[in-house]
Amino acid sequence: MIKTTRFTQIHKDLSAKMVEFAGFTMPIQYPGGIISEHNIVREKVGVFDVSHMGEFEVNGPDALAFVQKITTNDASKLAHGGIQYSAMCYEDAGIVDDLLVYRVADDSFMLVVNGANIDKDWAWCVKNAEGMNLKLDNVSDDINLLAVQGPASRSTLQKLTDEDISEDTLKYYNFKFGKLAGIEMLISRTGYTGELGFELYFRGDDEVARLVWDKVFEAGAEFGIEPVGLGCRDTLRLEKGYCLYGNDIDQTTNPIEAGLGWITKLAKGEFNGSDVITKVKENKPSRHLVGFVVGADKFIARHGYKIFDGENEIGVVTSGNLSPTLNKAIGMGYVTPEFKNPGSKIEIEARGKKFVAEVIKLPFL
Amino acid sequence: MNFPENLKYTEDHEWIRVEGNIGIIGVSDHAQGELGDIVYIDIPDHEASLAQGDTFGTIEAVKTVADLLSPVSGKIIEVNSGLNDAPETVNKDPYGDGWIVKIELANPSELDSLMDAATYKSKLGH
Repeated sequence: MIKTTRFTQIHKDLSAKMVEFAGFTMPIQYPGGIISEHNIVREKVGVFDVSHMGEFEVNGPDALAFVQKITTNDASKLAHGGIQYSAMCYEDAGIVDDLLVYRVADDSFMLVVNGANIDKDWAWCVKNAEGMNLKLDNVSDDINLLAVQGPASRSTLQKLTDEDISEDTLKYYNFKFGKLAGIEMLISRTGYTGELGFELYFRGDDEVARLVWDKVFEAGAEFGIEPVGLGCRDTLRLEKGYCLYGNDIDQTTNPIEAGLGWITKLAKGEFNGSDVITKVKENKPSRHLVGFVVGADKFIARHGYKIFDGENEIGVVTSGNLSPTLNKAIGMGYVTPEFKNPGSKIEIEARGKKFVAEVIKLPFL
Repeated sequence: MNFPENLKYTEDHEWIRVEGNIGIIGVSDHAQGELGDIVYIDIPDHEASLAQGDTFGTIEAVKTVADLLSPVSGKIIEVNSGLNDAPETVNKDPYGDGWIVKIELANPSELDSLMDAATYKSKLGH
């Protein structure tokens, strides 16, 4: 059974190309196409339906202890209204998922996980909560989520709310509760695009969803607002070097080799995977996730293509696409340590040929 | 969606228009729509001699990559250099300025094995 979101009929009415993603039918692009939608988000403001994402609520005296146990970042550092990018690891340091941790109150958190991983993550959370004094709720099906992204996102949304969402009041990776378009919601200053942007979490049926959608588009009309799909979400995040679960990170990769050491806080004490992560850090990882730019050839490196140095296989591509902003083919992949430094020359094999690429420092943009 | 009557079509969504012993080849409106934004067209050998069904290049779109297969046997005599800087022309005008290669036909009777517009259209369910 393929799931829908409360915006699905709107996407169809807008002639979106729908694909199955994470068990949902989701818009990959609208008639404007991926490159045009990419540029809308970089230059104006675009709206993504990302209601396929999962939300878990964690409440109770042991809520912080639970979040500290299952995630790699240090959630004790979060103030109320603060958000943290984090990861969940298995005991062997393989990544269960990457996620956002929202601190609602001392003993109240919301975890936002990837849509494709909801069932797996939920089972993992339930298992890890055994014996702890807390209540877990999987509210994924109740929550509508719109990501309003782009330089004009704040001007668009400020028209719809009495809450102050200016840079001084609602900083990057912070959130507040309030009414927007007349609906109670969680207004989050986050996104997956690297642009100024907000994510709006709210409950309600198709009618509420349509009301919010319509109000946002009405408010954004003067700024050239457009609906944008998952296709450009991928090109936007890749330009910023953000990992995509299932492509760049998964249960076979650890946070250190994936370049996620900055969200792995060993000083906070033991957590799932911390023993193995400590050893990886001591022994140095055997491979590193790097960014690369393809040379002169007309070629896009894609997930799974092998990386070579001459005849030696030295790694694998995890993500690759055209960067519409740079108009170059870019990508990310794992390589052995001797090729991790910017300027290293690598070759990517596809269709029986090898294409030259150069390792560069992330992000691309 | 547009299916010009004067073209022949392949199962792989290429089209060919014949002028004398020259065949002009591109991809169909359906193909460009399925591929989405086209970003590169790579024809490795600009003078290749091809058998019917041979791969003569690749078409890279943001979402995916597809092989280009020759509808008929022949030798490539011209590659559309306008696509180097403007590959999106294939999206905008797949049957006109978005043509990809011209080939000199080796065996014109092969054209009979290709679909006409009505057959191609019905195959796509239109």
